[in-house]
Amino acid sequence: MPDSLKTLVRSPQGVVGGGLCLLAIVLVVLGPWLAPFEPNALSFTARYQPPGPMHWFGTDQMGRDVLSRVMIGARDTIVMSLLATAIAMVLGAVIGTLSAYLGGWVDEAIMRTMDAIMAIPSLLFALLIVATLGKSDVNAVAAIAIAFTPGMVRVARSVALAVRTQDYVSAAIVRGESTSHIVVREMLPNIVAPVIVEGTVRVAFAVMLFATLSFLGLGAQPPSSEWGLMVSEARSHLFTAPWMMIMPGLCIALVAIGFNLLGDGLRDALNPRSRT
Amino acid sequence: MNAGYVGRRLLTTVYTLLVVSFLVFAMTQLLPADAAVTLLGNSATPEALASVRAQLGLDQPAWWQYWHWFSGVLSGDFGQSMRTGQAVAPMMFGALGRSLLLAFLALVLMLVIAIPLGIVSALRRGKAADLIIGIISYVGISLPEFVTATVLALLFADVLGWLPATGYVPLTEDVAGWLAHMILPTLTVSMILVAHVSRMVRSEMVDVMASDYIRAARLKGLSSRRVVLHHALRNAMLPTITIVALDVGYLLGGIIVVEEIFAIPGIGRALIVAVQSRDLPAIQAGVLIIAATYALANFLADLAYAWLDRRIQYA
Repeated sequence: MPDSLKTLVRSPQGVVGGGLCLLAIVLVVLGPWLAPFEPNALSFTARYQPPGPMHWFGTDQMGRDVLSRVMIGARDTIVMSLLATAIAMVLGAVIGTLSAYLGGWVDEAIMRTMDAIMAIPSLLFALLIVATLGKSDVNAVAAIAIAFTPGMVRVARSVALAVRTQDYVSAAIVRGESTSHIVVREMLPNIVAPVIVEGTVRVAFAVMLFATLSFLGLGAQPPSSEWGLMVSEARSHLFTAPWMMIMPGLCIALVAIGFNLLGDGLRDALNPRSRT
Repeated sequence: MNAGYVGRRLLTTVYTLLVVSFLVFAMTQLLPADAAVTLLGNSATPEALASVRAQLGLDQPAWWQYWHWFSGVLSGDFGQSMRTGQAVAPMMFGALGRSLLLAFLALVLMLVIAIPLGIVSALRRGKAADLIIGIISYVGISLPEFVTATVLALLFADVLGWLPATGYVPLTEDVAGWLAHMILPTLTVSMILVAHVSRMVRSEMVDVMASDYIRAARLKGLSSRRVVLHHALRNAMLPTITIVALDVGYLLGGIIVVEEIFAIPGIGRALIVAVQSRDLPAIQAGVLIIAATYALANFLADLAYAWLDRRIQYA
């Protein structure tokens, strides 16, 4: 693991991706303290101000500071996306490992059902879930988590199939350990790495999907300054104040690029075959 | 490719659609404790609730509800829209036609851009061109459609004033007007796919170019143009077909967003309207039709793959 970490830090992908992700985490943790203005403070004398020394990202139609809103909004966008991906990773790892361990018709039934869920495009599936549960940020997280689970199940199962044939698993079976013990204590720890790699790339999709749902009015609700919601609200002022839309849009893209790069970097670092 | 393979592949497609239909129905109609209350809200009168229950068949057992709905679907009847009171099927299939035209344009544009980009970056691996294409594709993959769409609209409709920002003109009325309204949506939808597929073509090309038969072709003295286009590209394209088919799922998701932004009356927009107004029959029809389109695309891609790659005998 330290070796692969070294490879990661040496690759340009890993450096840029890791840097962007670190910046995103700093924003999430320190956002409210770093923000120069109160994100919902109205100022009718400072409406539609273009980016300048006072307001780096400009102001919106109510004179609110866009930079401060973006900094606060980082919590909504990034934490929600990380949460959705984490839930999908845990669910996927457990179901995938269990499926590989049990094998036979149970495995077949689980995997064919996962195939069927994957046949629904993830945005469509998220729409379906939000339509059932009602529009809110928590429901959007649930929707993304469920939509991402089958992909995680596939990754986890393919690794778990190889782990299943290892001697220590056979030993645990012979010892008479329970299914839950074998799956959770023996097999799961050995499939964590590939699931994390898959999860990192998935965070980028989750950020985009969550922002898209909010943009469509089905995720985070006003007065939140979630980035997709900010873009959506900025649309009616697009031609008077394009910065209102460009700044949060840019942030979504940068965070997505960061997690994409970090995920690819991790994959290369952990996969000896691609080190050419 | 033999009949057995086609049959089995057809069977899994049908099974997938069965599971999808069950999921869609269970999530929209069975999962909410009382779909009638969900639809009308808590303040609805008992009479109104009863009439909606009767209309949806909620007073019947679950298996009957599913069967009633599903047998209707099989005969092309998706029920009546709760918003307009009209039949869902004609509305949805009309919208699907407009969406498929957009999807087709986006797919063609994507292939025209992505394949040459992938080839160039594979042949110039590690050089400046490869690096620039790589950076552009990372940016392309990380920009959600709603951001791309808004930026393109700002640039081409407002700053330059070349194209209409939103709206739709039917193809049968005015071909030029239709095309003008389709350019920005097509560009937006194909952006992410270009980034994804060009990376795929690049990595396949890199592998193929390093193989023995390419070295043999080079040693035979063939021109590098002939080696790349006739020998390498053919084999690099095979895995790309599968990726493109999988990307159709992403494409269909992108179309939903793009239709909403550019106000194109396709199936994506119809679905969003249905979700926002909680029009259950329309939601069910929209999701099922889009999922079926995706499943069909994957089925056709698998057949194309098996037909092109004669080495694979799916026993």
